[in-house]
Amino acid sequence: MKHIKTVNKPTLQKTLKTGGCGECQASCQSACKTSCTVGNQVCEK
Amino acid sequence: MTNTKEKIHKFRQGDDFVLVDVNSGAVHLVDEMIYDIMDTFDGANDEAVIAKLSGKYDKAELSECMDELRQLIDEQMLFAPDIDVPPVFAQHGLVKSLCLMVAHDCNLRCKYCFGGTGEYSGVRQLMSAETGKAAVDYIINHCGARKHCEIDFFGGEPLMNMPMIKEVTEYVRQREKETGKQFKLTLTTNGLLLNEENRKWLNDNNISLVLSLDGRKEVHDNMRPDAGGNGTYDRCVANFKKMVDSRDGKDYFLRGTYTAENLDFTKDVMSMADEGFDVLSVEPVVLKDSPFGITEEHLPQIFAEYDKLTEEYLKRRAEGKGFFFFHFNMDLSNGPCVAKRLAGCGAGHEYFAVAANGDLYPCHQFVGRDGYKLGTVWTDVENKELPKKFRNAHVLNKEKCSNCWARFYCSGGCHANADLFHGDIYQPYEIGCELQKKRLECAIYVQAVMAREKEEA
Repeated sequence: MKHIKTVNKPTLQKTLKTGGCGECQASCQSACKTSCTVGNQVCEK
Repeated sequence: MTNTKEKIHKFRQGDDFVLVDVNSGAVHLVDEMIYDIMDTFDGANDEAVIAKLSGKYDKAELSECMDELRQLIDEQMLFAPDIDVPPVFAQHGLVKSLCLMVAHDCNLRCKYCFGGTGEYSGVRQLMSAETGKAAVDYIINHCGARKHCEIDFFGGEPLMNMPMIKEVTEYVRQREKETGKQFKLTLTTNGLLLNEENRKWLNDNNISLVLSLDGRKEVHDNMRPDAGGNGTYDRCVANFKKMVDSRDGKDYFLRGTYTAENLDFTKDVMSMADEGFDVLSVEPVVLKDSPFGITEEHLPQIFAEYDKLTEEYLKRRAEGKGFFFFHFNMDLSNGPCVAKRLAGCGAGHEYFAVAANGDLYPCHQFVGRDGYKLGTVWTDVENKELPKKFRNAHVLNKEKCSNCWARFYCSGGCHANADLFHGDIYQPYEIGCELQKKRLECAIYVQAVMAREKEEA
């Protein structure tokens, strides 16, 4: 495309039917302890 | 049902224009024309767009842009359908993660401590090994089929209770063999007690570390004095360097807090990087009615500071001196599933804190707060309503979150902060929201720039 550059291949919609396994790290355990930031985690699957 | 305006977010960062599709997570770098078009475009109102913008842009080009946008709509990367609670988001959480308050005591007197310099609204107390082992059994008994479990040794200062930590870790490893579970153990420390013996033990036992340092010496010494009122920067940095070197720079975070007294915190991040640390996190303090707390008046300055930090972060990276910054890290393509984004930090339903006496709380910040005791590690959850309340406190159920563009990145913010400011975990702490949104813009931008570089390389 000339005017748009999409930089990722998002999977959020697909995970409506998958996911929920809970194997990923609790977000607060990694570094923050004061702010809940989930978007910067990685799926462990 | 959200309208098209609530399905996107656009912002300018550096010289770029960024368009985020909220329900798909797609990130698009666009030109200024598209950026302007998105003020009006809803997928089918080309005439309205042309009427508004034909004075600024060529009509044929506007139509070309809208054709490109329609292509994104067809691919569900623009105005993607609303997300509802998915069936994979179980009604009840399984507890997979515990924060053990192994020492309600501390050898520092940090001015902003939410733990009341260690005692957490109670008396100074150390957790017994018996309680710690009961917590290990608690998690094994409540994590269902999940293989990965987590325990964070927290305080106060956990190294003040090393014999207990050693005994509990040994017990964890024994129970791993018996159950097939895999525990990730972390420890958050101020560093004063990181002597050679402790360093060796932490390395030998695969304990990931969160090391607390507030950046520049003057900032750290001012906010984090020891019990005698003396600065601790030199001792902490010396110990942290030895600690990090002894594990080849792996499995640690150097984490700082900024307050109203150092809103120029880019300097603190850079100071940490200049000391040779490269896995960093610096976060805003959360305090109510305190001279150190962040208020609305500080926001413009903080936003500008995050812009500055973003520039510095990318500049250092380009110079081959890059570092990892917790809040700028984001996997745009393989981030968490929707269920995880609803579960958020998991406090109160997947993640509990265990007080030194074995009481269970929704998280470390709730320890000692009235009305939030869940039960104990021996009796299980007695207040059955609280986990349900926390499980349901997700972005689709919170009025202020349900139409916010950042809802699937921040997951509704910190419940403890919401409770602190509003006495209600369903009402997010607004300053936290504003800071979170700014950080997310910076993070999305950083990731977009790195993705573009990779593609162009």
